[in-house]
Amino acid sequence: MSEPFIQFIDVHKSFGDNTVLSGINLSIHQGEITAVIGRSGTGKSVLLKHIIGLIHQDSGKLLINGKPLDRMDKKAMHGFHKDVSYMFQDNALFDFLTVYENIALPLTEKKQKNKIDIPGKVAEKMKILGLSGTEHKYPAQLSGGMRKRVALARALITDPKAVLFDEPTTGLDPIRRNNIHDMIAQYQSQFGFTAVIVSHDIPEIFHITQHIAMLDKGKIIFEGSTEEIRHSHNDIVNSFIRGKEHRAL
Amino acid sequence: MFRYQLEKLGAGTIGRIKSFGLLAIFLWTGAFQIFVPPFQSSKIMEQIWFIGAKSMFVIALTGLFTGMVLGLQGYHTLVRFGSEAALGSAVAMTMIRELGPVLSAIMIAARAGSAMAAEIGVMRMSEQIDALETMEIHPIRFTFSARLAAALVSYPLLTAIFDIIGIFGGYLTGSLLLGISPAVYMDRVISSITMADINGGFLKSVVFSVIVTAICCFRGYYSHLGGGQGAKGVSLATTNAVVNSCIMILISDYIITFFLV
Repeated sequence: MSEPFIQFIDVHKSFGDNTVLSGINLSIHQGEITAVIGRSGTGKSVLLKHIIGLIHQDSGKLLINGKPLDRMDKKAMHGFHKDVSYMFQDNALFDFLTVYENIALPLTEKKQKNKIDIPGKVAEKMKILGLSGTEHKYPAQLSGGMRKRVALARALITDPKAVLFDEPTTGLDPIRRNNIHDMIAQYQSQFGFTAVIVSHDIPEIFHITQHIAMLDKGKIIFEGSTEEIRHSHNDIVNSFIRGKEHRAL
Repeated sequence: MFRYQLEKLGAGTIGRIKSFGLLAIFLWTGAFQIFVPPFQSSKIMEQIWFIGAKSMFVIALTGLFTGMVLGLQGYHTLVRFGSEAALGSAVAMTMIRELGPVLSAIMIAARAGSAMAAEIGVMRMSEQIDALETMEIHPIRFTFSARLAAALVSYPLLTAIFDIIGIFGGYLTGSLLLGISPAVYMDRVISSITMADINGGFLKSVVFSVIVTAICCFRGYYSHLGGGQGAKGVSLATTNAVVNSCIMILISDYIITFFLV
């Protein structure tokens, strides 16, 4: 198998006395959709934020294409950040900017070396995501599902090689939830990016992922394919995917 | 017990020094980013509208009544010494040297500064600042630089408006209400003011603009470190921003006046 695009090696992270990650080992491969599942408060979002550099590990290594993230020089770090987008759980859209301005933001706020047709690029992404006609609206004027699509359009505007999704379907009804999953799967196959999705949507998430990791008490207790997780003999994994409380004997 | 108290005092002092250092870095970075392309001209204009134009009414109102009170108090004090003709000088000097820059800075801190702290605080709490970092957009530049540039333009102009309306307020009470000759009032205003007074007042307004904008934006930007999360964090940041700004305005006013007189 090829070298992982992102690799966690024995990563530990604590906030004060609260240990969130205690020895994470996880490999994420290029072009795959990886789902990170687990109960609330087990550190899934913290794990995701390590990749984008919003949180730094206390110990252990985080490798990007085999190189430690914390030892990258400024240029390499810039290149990596350019290739990775992050979609926040609550979208993190700027409420004082219109839909167009929100989507265009990653392009307009930076000095471009090569002239980019920003309006054309935004219009293209908006059309693909079914947002045409909402250019002048503000996020507060949109439905929850549309706001998710705006956040996805903003994440995709820089044509990233990887997109990190932090619970992209939180607060949505089952139909919209499935729509978002279908949308991620469709655009992932269309644009070919690597996707890491933190999710609670069991079993829906299994339909779109190739690789699943389950986090429990700060550790990865399962890593494998959809088929493997369905036949896992681990009691905690089994209880979780069936939506039942695990009771230790 | 003594050791515990000493440790607590030490930790508090180190915390304050760290916070001051963080503010200095925040201010320096924000000021530097004003000159980094692409220039934020439209954002600066928007902020001049918000800080400057939208504060004009409150500044005009405060200036008018401050001048009127000064005229009233000044007249009744000066008349005891038979010097009521000097009312124009007293009002103009007090306005231009002290009350104009200080009161307008406090009023702008209360109106625009609190809004800045709250807006940036909400951005922090709703992960919008984190989103900027993930998009490789400089968050201090995005939240602070344009506001600082706009404040540097707006404060001296608002102070000038405050001064002029304040002197007019003194004229209303001094001349129209209490009977001092308008010609004498205006003559004393013009003859008593020197360029040094005007420059001193403007220097103060520039310094206050930096202090208020830096403190308010800084408090909002680091609202998650201020002892509260969510709405509580934002409300704490807003309160601290206005209180700290007002205290720092008064302290720096004394320091500048000490060197100017």
